[in-house]
Amino acid sequence: MIEGILIGLTTALTFQNILMVMVGCFFGTIIGMLPGLGPMTAIALMIPITYGFDPATGLILMAGVYYGAVFGGSTSSILLNAPGVPGTVATSFDGYPMAQQGKAGKALAIAAWSSFAGGTLSAIYLLFMAPSLSKVSLSFRSPDYFALMILGLTAIAAFSSKGQFLKAMMMVVLGLMLASVGQDSLSDITRFTFNNMNLTDGISFVLVVMATFAMSEALTIILKRNDPTSAAKQVSLTELGSIKINKEERTKMYKTIPRSSVIGFLIGVLPGAGATIASFLAYGMERNVVNDEEKEKFGKGSVNGLSAPETANNAACSGSFVPMLTLGIPGSGTTAVMLGALLGFGVQPGPRLYMTNPEIFWSIIMSMYIGMVILLILNLPLIPYIARILAVPKNYLIPLILFFSITGIYVMSFNNFDIYLMIGIAVVATFMRLYDFPMPPLILAFVLGGLMEENLRRSLLLSNGSWEFLWDRTLTLCILLTTILIVVWHFYKTIIKK
Amino acid sequence: MNINTTKVISLLFFIFSAFYLYTAYQIQVFAFDENAPFNARTFPIYLGYAGLFFSGLKLILPDPNTIKVQHKTLEYKKTAILIIIAIIYGATILKVGYFLTTSLFLFSSYYFLGERRWVLMFLLSFPFVAAFMYLLHGVLDIYLRDPFLQSIGVMG
Repeated sequence: MIEGILIGLTTALTFQNILMVMVGCFFGTIIGMLPGLGPMTAIALMIPITYGFDPATGLILMAGVYYGAVFGGSTSSILLNAPGVPGTVATSFDGYPMAQQGKAGKALAIAAWSSFAGGTLSAIYLLFMAPSLSKVSLSFRSPDYFALMILGLTAIAAFSSKGQFLKAMMMVVLGLMLASVGQDSLSDITRFTFNNMNLTDGISFVLVVMATFAMSEALTIILKRNDPTSAAKQVSLTELGSIKINKEERTKMYKTIPRSSVIGFLIGVLPGAGATIASFLAYGMERNVVNDEEKEKFGKGSVNGLSAPETANNAACSGSFVPMLTLGIPGSGTTAVMLGALLGFGVQPGPRLYMTNPEIFWSIIMSMYIGMVILLILNLPLIPYIARILAVPKNYLIPLILFFSITGIYVMSFNNFDIYLMIGIAVVATFMRLYDFPMPPLILAFVLGGLMEENLRRSLLLSNGSWEFLWDRTLTLCILLTTILIVVWHFYKTIIKK
Repeated sequence: MNINTTKVISLLFFIFSAFYLYTAYQIQVFAFDENAPFNARTFPIYLGYAGLFFSGLKLILPDPNTIKVQHKTLEYKKTAILIIIAIIYGATILKVGYFLTTSLFLFSSYYFLGERRWVLMFLLSFPFVAAFMYLLHGVLDIYLRDPFLQSIGVMG
């Protein structure tokens, strides 16, 4: 391993590769900040450029873009409540309320330090645990994945405040229903398209996230303009606030970061899971482990609530490299794009990558450390400038949010229908938000919908239509029991509090 | 009679789930797939029943945290205008082009939201869109269809 680390350092510390990490982090941050343009778009845009370099340099550039875009996505989540990627949706739960309280600078600093710590810690885990973790992830079967997704969706109960469990579950079902629109992945049979060709490929994730978060947020702000409580929020939004993190906040982060980085990394390792589940689970877990006083702050600008998903999503980014590099299975949509690029270089990922191309494997791991440091150096000093977006008056900010949302959809599809659909979903979402129907469960369910159906299909086909697959394997049973425990615990707590 | 709007939304969701379930049963599957343990309509059928179950529970169970929205304080007019402008923007963006429609969308949105600083409104619409367009089209190489700019020879 020492030899591998040295090979990695020698490759990663060349002038060209350090420059690539810097360029990748910088452009990734800018692109990730624009709602609608997430890491996947950013990396896809980089693919033609990377073909001019050797495979190691190309992948280092893409890894830099990845981290930068994830951090950039957090920035737009915190400042505009417009997460460009699913992995940063949980960041907005407490990041945005914190910004509304005039602590935007602090929220961005907490996000930057948490991202840095999460990424660095998970790079260390990756270094020492990659070989054994790949074996663990290999042992996961379809029933385990299906149970894990049920667990992820049920954990939403942890996000919903008192009396919102059924509303959250309704939004979960709605999210899964929206995800079922379009062609069935196996048989290509169209479902719920009503003979509309525009729906054949399904509804895009960016469209749903833009409609339910960015657009509906903008419409809600206008709708509640004369509401005395929201007027107070608008005044405080123009205050930048300090980027300094005090001792009490640091103490909270010291406890949150290690546990969230472990969750993030482990979830990131599982093929198909990735940063979204990691950040939601870390948020849910954090909410459950803190004391009652801190628990009350969740959703209202909690330091733990912001630090946990930020640590976990960056840790999951590193974790998602494990199945990609060792098994050739992408851990997320973004690493799937990178896998395509790797194949384009003529490099075959798999267990033999250690032996055939050690410089690629180890230089990516080493460049992760360098990337994290660069991201911190680049983003912390820029926080006061980035946060100035908040100083834009509402009369300008609202049309600009709508403009970014519509542009995000327009450049993706060049289709009027998608714009109308987005406006329609945004209007419905705005109305539902007025009555406290939570949107995050809908987004998570929408992201997981396809994977969930795929794993249920495999499980049912293997068990010949019997639901016994849910308790046949110990691992599946354990995940399922955890899910039941969460539901029972939630109802027990609700009844006890009554 | 005081109607609980959350219950009304739950009832609408119940009806929607029933319609979804009916449509799920109508999905045409291949003949050899009809009796398979899992086909294209299996998952949607489960979802339909789940929707009926959760919305049904919400309808039946008492609602201790009733949300009361003060409709009198809500800005329905400005919100509706903004939505209409966005629909017009969506309808014209392909035919007229990105630059002109986006600039006009931003300018008119600022105006209807009550802004009257004309110079700032102009700067944050036409030149801003031009700069953003340059970033997307010129730097990031993302294609932006613009018949208007093509007709006046600005865009190739």
